Amino acid sequence: MPAQVITITSGKGGVGKTTAVANIAVALASDGAKVVCIDGDIGLRNLDVILGLENRIVYDIVDVIEGRCRLKQAMIRDKKLPNLYLIPAAQTRDKNAVSPSDMNRLIKDLRADYDFVLIDSPAGIERGFKNAIAAADRVLVITNPEVSAVRDADRVIGILEAEEKGPGALIINRLNPILVKNHDMLSADDVLDLLAVELIGVVPEDENVIIGSNRGAPVAFDPKSRAGQAFRNIAKRLRGEKVPFLDLDHTGGLWQRLQRLAGRK
Amino acid sequence: MTFMGETNSLIQIKGLRDGLLVSIDDAPWAEQRIALIAQVDAQPAFFQGARLALDVASQVLHVNELVDLRDQLSERGIFLWAVISESPTTETTAQLLGLATRISKPRPEENRQFSVDDLGEETALFLNRTLRSGTRIEFAGHVVVLGDVNPGAEIVAEGNVMIWGRLRGMVHAGAKGNKKAVICALDLSPTQLRIAEEVSATLKPQNNPSPEIVRINGDGKLQAELWSPG
Repeated sequence: MPAQVITITSGKGGVGKTTAVANIAVALASDGAKVVCIDGDIGLRNLDVILGLENRIVYDIVDVIEGRCRLKQAMIRDKKLPNLYLIPAAQTRDKNAVSPSDMNRLIKDLRADYDFVLIDSPAGIERGFKNAIAAADRVLVITNPEVSAVRDADRVIGILEAEEKGPGALIINRLNPILVKNHDMLSADDVLDLLAVELIGVVPEDENVIIGSNRGAPVAFDPKSRAGQAFRNIAKRLRGEKVPFLDLDHTGGLWQRLQRLAGRK
Repeated sequence: MTFMGETNSLIQIKGLRDGLLVSIDDAPWAEQRIALIAQVDAQPAFFQGARLALDVASQVLHVNELVDLRDQLSERGIFLWAVISESPTTETTAQLLGLATRISKPRPEENRQFSVDDLGEETALFLNRTLRSGTRIEFAGHVVVLGDVNPGAEIVAEGNVMIWGRLRGMVHAGAKGNKKAVICALDLSPTQLRIAEEVSATLKPQNNPSPEIVRINGDGKLQAELWSPG
């Protein structure tokens, strides 16, 4: 079966695109899928760091596109998961080094041999974003439950509709159940009410995400992390499984942990 | 519009609907490239942010040559999107680099300005969809939306604006000064409303939204009233 090409984008920066790509890729690959992630953020590459592969980069995506190396030479195999690969971005070039049709050609070469191609989009709605969505079969829009991020997600969804990439599916990242309960944060329902698109995952705020990113070991590896579980569920939904959404508003486990975090106990 | 012809006879620059068209002739490529970059550097403000299509006549160009030019232009904030050529080699090169080789294809327009030249005075634009952030609708008549107007979306109409949905963006009715214009919505929680020259900031958010109509009252201020049939 040819690969599903999935782009993760947001409009606003800092909402967790790269973290989501890394975690969903790890979750898919842990389940046995053959996965390639592509860092589309040329000039500001991060995905290699979060996957802990920074020191293995020899060639990058611009080298492939400009013919300085073969595609396979730029694909870095993950340390733990032999069926997970990364094509890193170039750090010393800008978004104009790649065009949408470059991306289309590169991904055409990947489709036959892999199950999933995940593309990490840069923030914004300019060239880099257009490159990242050019070859996508499906686009996941990620947002935080805050007004500015939701506004930008709305804009991105509008552009996806105009480019006939469909409305996309939504990931709500860094939801804090305590803040929602106290009406200090938008709830998942508030976000969905405005954006009116399919929801594919709600990821709770979890400090282990940052710890994992800094260590180059995405939280999806951690069987105990709730955020990791949320990412694993997103991966399952991408494979077509029906998985119920996590109950974030229960009284045990995470709830108490978050209350401790918030200094309430 | 053609201009700057006399400063450099090798290069012609024309304005297109959606960018610039630069035509060069069959003089040696290296010279042409230098001449083009010199033109750009002479008027950086004019070229900044431009979408540029390049007609290279029958020049035979290879990947390196076009990549160099694209990078040079890109450094100057110019986006080379098309190369038109009579040479099949150059055309293939352009395609390899993901450049267009025809320039007739229109770009998708996000911000549309609708024309009512052929229609009468009392015309309305009917939009059967939700207007998302970043969408701007301008119309020289009434606007009717069957859907929501999200925060960050804008409607500017010379006539009235009716939203059969939630209004959370910006609406300007009577944009050419018609103080009789009205705005109505099933749920009125806009970012801002304007009728003619009058502006009102956020109206109070509602817990139980009901249809409302906004018009200019006797004091010349915007006022929202519950809408009741009959």
